Amino acid sequence: MADNLSTPFEKSAMTDEEKRQTSKEIRKQIIVFALMIFLTIMSFLAVGADIIPRSFAIPFILLLALVQLALQLIFFMHLKDKDHGWAIAFMISGIFVTVPTIAALMLLLGITKY
Amino acid sequence: MAAQKQEKSVIWDWLTTVDHKKLGIMYLIAGTLFFVKAGVMALFMRIQLMYPEMNFLSGQTFNEFITMHGTIMLFLAATPLLFAFMNYVIPLQIGARDVAFPFVNALGFWIFLSGGLLLSMSWFFGGGPDAGWTAYVPLSSRDYAGVGLDFYVLGLQVSGIGTLVSAINFLVTIINMRAPGMTMMRLPLFVWSSFISSTLILFAFTPLAAGLALLMLDRIFDAQFFIPNMGGNVVLWQHIFWIFGHPEVYILVLPAFGIISEVIPAFSRKRLFGYTAMVFATMIIAFLGFMVWAHHMFTVGMGPVANSIFAIATMTIAVPTGIKIFNWLFTMWGGKITFNTAMLFASSFVPTFVLGGVTGVMLAMAPVDYLYHDTYFVVAHFHYIIVGGIVLALFAGLFYWYPKMFGHMLNETLGKLFFWVFYIGFHLTFFVQHLLGLMGMPRRVYTYLGNQGLDTFNFISTIGTFFMSAGVILLVINVIYSAFKGERVTVADPWDARTLEWAVPTPVPEYNFAQTPQVRSLDPLFYEKIHGDGTMKPAEPVQAIHMPNGSILPLIISVGLFFAGFGFIMMNMENPIMNPWIVAIGGLAITFGAMFVRSVKEDHGYYVPVEQVKADLKKGGN
Amino acid sequence: MAGHVDTSKGLPSHPERATLEGKNKFLGFWFFLGGETILFATFFGTYLGLRNGVADGPTSQEMFHLPLVFIMTMLLLTSSLTSVLAMFAMKKNKFGTFKIWMWITVLLGLAFLGFEIYEFYEYVHHGLGFTTSAFASSFFSLVGLHGAHVAFGLCWIIVLLIRYNKTGITLTNAPKFYLASLYWHFIDVVWVFIFTVVYLMGVV
Repeated sequence: MADNLSTPFEKSAMTDEEKRQTSKEIRKQIIVFALMIFLTIMSFLAVGADIIPRSFAIPFILLLALVQLALQLIFFMHLKDKDHGWAIAFMISGIFVTVPTIAALMLLLGITKY
Repeated sequence: MAAQKQEKSVIWDWLTTVDHKKLGIMYLIAGTLFFVKAGVMALFMRIQLMYPEMNFLSGQTFNEFITMHGTIMLFLAATPLLFAFMNYVIPLQIGARDVAFPFVNALGFWIFLSGGLLLSMSWFFGGGPDAGWTAYVPLSSRDYAGVGLDFYVLGLQVSGIGTLVSAINFLVTIINMRAPGMTMMRLPLFVWSSFISSTLILFAFTPLAAGLALLMLDRIFDAQFFIPNMGGNVVLWQHIFWIFGHPEVYILVLPAFGIISEVIPAFSRKRLFGYTAMVFATMIIAFLGFMVWAHHMFTVGMGPVANSIFAIATMTIAVPTGIKIFNWLFTMWGGKITFNTAMLFASSFVPTFVLGGVTGVMLAMAPVDYLYHDTYFVVAHFHYIIVGGIVLALFAGLFYWYPKMFGHMLNETLGKLFFWVFYIGFHLTFFVQHLLGLMGMPRRVYTYLGNQGLDTFNFISTIGTFFMSAGVILLVINVIYSAFKGERVTVADPWDARTLEWAVPTPVPEYNFAQTPQVRSLDPLFYEKIHGDGTMKPAEPVQAIHMPNGSILPLIISVGLFFAGFGFIMMNMENPIMNPWIVAIGGLAITFGAMFVRSVKEDHGYYVPVEQVKADLKKGGN
Repeated sequence: MAGHVDTSKGLPSHPERATLEGKNKFLGFWFFLGGETILFATFFGTYLGLRNGVADGPTSQEMFHLPLVFIMTMLLLTSSLTSVLAMFAMKKNKFGTFKIWMWITVLLGLAFLGFEIYEFYEYVHHGLGFTTSAFASSFFSLVGLHGAHVAFGLCWIIVLLIRYNKTGITLTNAPKFYLASLYWHFIDVVWVFIFTVVYLMGVV
């Protein structure tokens, strides 16, 4: 019965195939990390150094932020793995509700403040 | 790991219980007490409005009563009463032994209760909050509202945490704890609507928490969110509040729809008409519920484009709601209907709710809303939704599930009398309020002048309130009478019903199902009655049953939150007896300390031995 | 109900979801994060709605200092990677490696928190207090809420690391560590939006 809940294990039950997959996975994660660092530097440069026009900078950095969001969720938080259907459904619902929330608070407050 | 459960005294058992059935009953009791409290306030307000220029309540008390009546009814009465049924019934209906997180379930209850008590403490410290249940700034800002509003902010913040964790618990329970064969599309509709309602809680109570945090920072720590001459904006609060507030209506009404969808098929002796359409209509209502909040703010001045978008989105909700209404009617159509008390409430729900829905569509038209806004028409509309929808459904559910919860029936004669007195009283009270609103009587006023055509209807409305009160007193008499004289229920299935909760013996054993049932169809019990031998087929052999241990920690965590909240409130008091920071930090220390203990101490529960399960099975006879 | 897990061959390759309790925690925590999304969205919305409400106080252009934010971003992004690596070590039942990566995550988080406290101290020093203007209030509450999440996450991970310092990876603590790591990633996601929406858009 379930007496093994608090005991450590001698070895891992991973098969060789799973181990190979895991190593591949780790390499992939490091590539994603490098990509995220690159994107971050890009957005800081876009604003910090006057490389691109300012009117273009804001949509550009917002786009980069969205890409980073996707990378974090899909790779670092493993949403691409199997058995994540419900998690994906609820994260998408959550993000879906944030859009009108933020839009309304940004746009509908009006100029009259009282 | 303890092999056997320890013996406990009764009180300690209820304080430490993590059993979803006991928690359901505790939610029911707590919710009823708050319901009565807020109901008495409503009665007093109606007495004040019975004649023009009455002096029964002062204007200030009246303001405190409208605020507390609304706040308590929504957060501390309707929500826990629905949670009572959700807690008790969902695990039984999906064939589970308990919820996914029994500890969190207990935590949710105790946090809700301590939040509710914190809010109620305001009466002892200079009066309740008085800015309406919506607490619009600047009325609720630090310059205009007293310490009562801090009780509102912190009380709701605390009880909101409880509601939120309970909702997550229900979501995981419904997804992970279903019996074999109980696919998502075989879930009873009450489970489906609770699932979607819990989703709404997850996404709506978090903005409320944020909004309340902003208001607290403004009031206690001198932040400037809502102070216009410091760059703040008062409309911000209205948006945040209604981003929460509109879904809140659906949070309450969807489980009510679910109860109706259980009771009507059971007493029409037909399966629910259009099950799939019902599920998807519920989802669409939830989805649209998040897109319409600004229809509460048509007169704020958002501009014609925003008003039109929100008006159209609001009117769209009538479509999925209409689908539901027709499905209930078609379920009853050609059925063999038994009109007992539960069915009387459920069937009368349908036309009453239609009335509330129609006035809702009227209010959704932005141009005309300028006329209705803040009149009694709005009051009539949302009471038709909340009393005519949610409360009728709650009573239907109470009479339907009472035998399973308490082991005896409620008296039918008293029940039917209760129904007629309450139902007539309800229409007397609120139907005339439509007319009062159209005549231009503003809401939230504590008195009015005579001879303006408002006298008669206000008088009728108050008389209706007396009927409703008499009805609720009849219910209380019924509960007490039935406890002593009511028909005892020893069979598992007194209504000859359809769903799994009627497959477990009455009283329900602590582990619910001795053997997890194998579900073969929608309405599984009914399917077995027709195609099998009337009992559920087991999906596993008789074996030892794993059960969670009880714990006192949920109570300690919520006591800590109570003191933390009270400490923050003390910061706005004129002369607190001690340093508020000691109370606030002490409370938080208790809460986080108990959470720390919970995290560090591993607790794997215990097992009900096979012999005992077998003995119970023999004794239960089914 | 963990009796159904096959543990004869060693630690399952997904120890965090091997038991029903682990599965429940995993799902419940994702739902919690879904709710947190809206919580932060409301604070972001508040900030975006009020960021021009500076009253007589300083504006964001006058205050924000990008190099510091850049360093903080790098710290937090790296800590996200180290916690991913820790999770891979956990799945492979390499407890020593796992602990090293986790402690590195904690150190990076502490450094981040230190910089943030320093940053807030500087702002207050230069006349941007919490009560200066609506902009200041919304800035401090948004970034402060994130900082509170970092602090809570650090306490959580440290408690777990000390409690399970000697036990090795078990079916009980694997879900706990996994959730803590999910939480840590979520904090990182929020920070991506904070540095974009608050700091970068604040100086444009």
